[in-house]
Amino acid sequence: MQREGEIRIPSGCAISAIFSKGNKKVQGADMIKSIAVMHERSNGLGGGFAGYGIYPDYADCYAFHIFYDDKISKKTCEEFLEEHFDIINLSKIPTTNIPEITNKPLIWRYFVKPLSIKLTDSQLDEKEFVSRCVFRINTRLTGTYIFSSGKNMGVFKAVGYPEDVGRFYRLDDYEGYSFTAHGRYPTNTPGWWGGAHPFALLDYSVVHNGEISSYDANRRAIEMYGYKCTLQTDTEVITYIFDYLHRKKHLTLDEIAKVIAAPFWQTIEKMEPNEARTCEYLRNAFSSQLITGPFSIIVGFENGLMALNDRLKLRSMVVGEKDDMVYIASEEAAIRVIQKDLDKIWSPRGGEPVILLREDK
Amino acid sequence: MKRVYVNEEWCLGCHLCEYYCTFANSNMTNMAELRNMIIRPNIRVEENNKISFAVSCRHCTDPLCVKSCLTNALSKKDGVISIDKDKCIGCFTCIVSCPYGAISVSANDIAQKCELCTNNSNTSPLCVQKCPNGAIVYEER
Amino acid sequence: MAINYTYFNYEIIRNYDRCINCRVCERQCSNEVHRFDEEHNIMVSDETKCVNCQRCVTLCPTRALKIVKTNNEFRENANWSGKAIYKIYRQATSGGVLLSSMGNPEPYPIYFDKMLLNASQVTNPSIDPLREPMETKVFLGAKPTEIKRDKDGKLINNLSPHLKLEVPMMFSAMSYGSISYNAHKSLAMAAKSLGIYYNTGEGGLHEDFYKYGANTIVQVASGRFGVHKQFLDSGAAIEIKIGQGAKPGIGGHLPGTKIMGDVSKTRMIPEGSDAISPAPHHDIYSIEDLRQLVYSLKTATNFKKPVIIKIAAVHNISAICSGIARSGADIIAIDGFRGGTGAAPTRIRDNVGIPIELALASVDQRLRDEGIRDNVSLVVAGSIRNSADVVKAIALGADAVYIGTAALLALGCHLCRDCQSGKCNWGIATQDPELVKRLNPEIGYKRLINLINAWQHEIKEMIGGMGINSIESLRGNRLMLRGIGLTQKELDILGIKHAGE
Repeated sequence: MQREGEIRIPSGCAISAIFSKGNKKVQGADMIKSIAVMHERSNGLGGGFAGYGIYPDYADCYAFHIFYDDKISKKTCEEFLEEHFDIINLSKIPTTNIPEITNKPLIWRYFVKPLSIKLTDSQLDEKEFVSRCVFRINTRLTGTYIFSSGKNMGVFKAVGYPEDVGRFYRLDDYEGYSFTAHGRYPTNTPGWWGGAHPFALLDYSVVHNGEISSYDANRRAIEMYGYKCTLQTDTEVITYIFDYLHRKKHLTLDEIAKVIAAPFWQTIEKMEPNEARTCEYLRNAFSSQLITGPFSIIVGFENGLMALNDRLKLRSMVVGEKDDMVYIASEEAAIRVIQKDLDKIWSPRGGEPVILLREDK
Repeated sequence: MKRVYVNEEWCLGCHLCEYYCTFANSNMTNMAELRNMIIRPNIRVEENNKISFAVSCRHCTDPLCVKSCLTNALSKKDGVISIDKDKCIGCFTCIVSCPYGAISVSANDIAQKCELCTNNSNTSPLCVQKCPNGAIVYEER
Repeated sequence: MAINYTYFNYEIIRNYDRCINCRVCERQCSNEVHRFDEEHNIMVSDETKCVNCQRCVTLCPTRALKIVKTNNEFRENANWSGKAIYKIYRQATSGGVLLSSMGNPEPYPIYFDKMLLNASQVTNPSIDPLREPMETKVFLGAKPTEIKRDKDGKLINNLSPHLKLEVPMMFSAMSYGSISYNAHKSLAMAAKSLGIYYNTGEGGLHEDFYKYGANTIVQVASGRFGVHKQFLDSGAAIEIKIGQGAKPGIGGHLPGTKIMGDVSKTRMIPEGSDAISPAPHHDIYSIEDLRQLVYSLKTATNFKKPVIIKIAAVHNISAICSGIARSGADIIAIDGFRGGTGAAPTRIRDNVGIPIELALASVDQRLRDEGIRDNVSLVVAGSIRNSADVVKAIALGADAVYIGTAALLALGCHLCRDCQSGKCNWGIATQDPELVKRLNPEIGYKRLINLINAWQHEIKEMIGGMGINSIESLRGNRLMLRGIGLTQKELDILGIKHAGE
């Protein structure tokens, strides 16, 4: 049976997120409660979480979460890490053995900073340096996969129902300002943990419900800019597109929404001239980054969150607000279970981004 | 009122209008029946050197043929000039009067002319429908 | 001359029970095949002159005529076919180079017919073009390398000059001289109405058509016929023709008999002189020379127009395109070996060049591997026969297609391949005013519009079926294609999987 990445596996899913705009902390336990309600949307073949603000003691280190097939892969990888980074701390990610999660790889966590000599030599900025090292490791070293590489954030994922994955990783122990969660319903048995969601690169993480028809057009375009799509999943290519448009091209979040869920020409014709010109420019300059097909994504990044549906709104998404907490999920039930009364609840239109930023940042 | 007009820059002199006109005004169901017949069309191609042009009744607003008709067989109704076959005695004064030469002798020796296919089973003039190059049009001018 | 070695190709079958002696076949045949025998009151036909243009068959009011291939045959021989033998006889008689018109008719593989398209089901819904917006608009030109903002942080439009197409199809280059004034007029009117472009070909631009300039691509070929400042300024884009698919390596050819009147004036050459374009541009002997010409043309037009480079698909097409993509050109047009022509040496047309599907796939991949795919748009031609070919070409990586033969067929061409005689019975490949009359642009341009609209509708149905509602998401989307009956090598070059995978 081919491993994920050798073959493309479409899937349907459940997504959920909790974001605190102010000082209140979000509990990992709440995230598990929310995604558990949508059990029927998954089939037990993948689940995962991303948490932001969970490592305040190591806030300016990159937190690498790595899967290893065996001890030899671990050794090879650590040699590479030592050549390129200062390893401030390393440990196994704390987990609980439960019967629902099987075939576990070795799961380790490293808090690192780029070695200043290596960084200067490379003539790259810090984020580019780190992302290139991540690609190097994921494409060249066998038996090793870095699945989280941001600062003060981390992804926790496995093959299994998301609530079981949450228990396995002891998500109850974590709290932060933002959490996202995902439950997967793939149409094949991947058997490999790296294929679960969220997908992350640096501090961008994406959970996604949908199947994009433009996948290969997007992949072949994004691979020109130095990204390698090793997993052949939609989520991977969406994350890379986001990284490219946000970090490398410095587009605003609003502009990014206008690229990936571009308004229809018939809508642009009715806009006032300046806005129409901007939309036409973005559609032309970034035509390869347009995403068609059903999608419902929640993108996490440092101090913020963005949720977006495809233009035809072919997947569900509901947003709820209470004071300065915001809840996003595939179903209203997943929000009400953790926050029964809400100030506001609504469904964003197709193509209309929901952009959340921390208030003091 | 719509009339048949010919744009001579597109007329190819193929004479198909003549054959279709004859067919339209006959009782035939199969055009192959025209074999071995001398055709008597109401639209005729005039050609000289490299110029060709199909001529048919202009349905004049002040028709000389109607004025000349001895028996009132020729009359104008809703702008279309037609011949009442029962009244026509075949004197051919109309043929002589028509400045366009648009009236001719029919197979049973009375006068005949284009009546814009209002007198047969076609919904619009057949010469217009069948001209292969769009030279013949049916429009108001 | 003693013996006539060549038998005629066609026999004319006339059903005398249906023939009404209307003589339209006689009047409309420029090869003088049919004649009315007054004495015997019967139509007679001289089949030795028939080229099977189907004019008489189409116009006959009683459907009395039929043209068939003669079944007078040589003894069967898989190596020396009748066709091959006759070509020897012709050359032994004339001592000349064999000339042919239109595209390569030999039975080489057609890769478009060996690729299948996807449709979405269950995991991803297909989209209904009747009820949802389905977008086919494309832009041709280079993508910007960086984003620039003004002092208020708003995006500045730093796009280089572009072409904007309502559908990803344009009319291919066919020169005034090889085709008639009326054919050009039909193409110009249709391009304007459809919001796409047509191409002047290497015959210059007739002054009557300057008013369609906004929908015209002006071509600069090796003979530089009709190229002057006003010509360059009048079009929406300038195309440098390095080669064409029908005859890679050689230039255009128009015999002196066709160079009369307006054709001679538009081309800026004396009447009666043969217009034989040189094989290379004599100022382009290498890639850096091309770069120089590109920038000369851009300077001459104040950098307001995109420049297209048209090349034939040959063996090292990827390397050539890689060079062109770095030369300042905005669009590369690749013409495959099936491309049409007014006249080309038969051996070159049938043996030189490679299929456009393979060329496109390898160029698109190579440009992406080098990270320069964004520098140019790719337009492909030779031969795009239907809307499925368009969809497959875009899925392989093209931005748009050029159609040539298909456009002429819409205007009435019956592919009799006798263009080089100048006696085209349909008014297309001729300069004889009596014959040119037969193509009425008011009829012709509507047929072109019908064809493009029909294809656009079919494209919308096909991409909607794949779950795509904007054509840019189909570009380079190879996973939407599967091969069938292809070898692994062919699949690798096309970059697609086999059906079932």
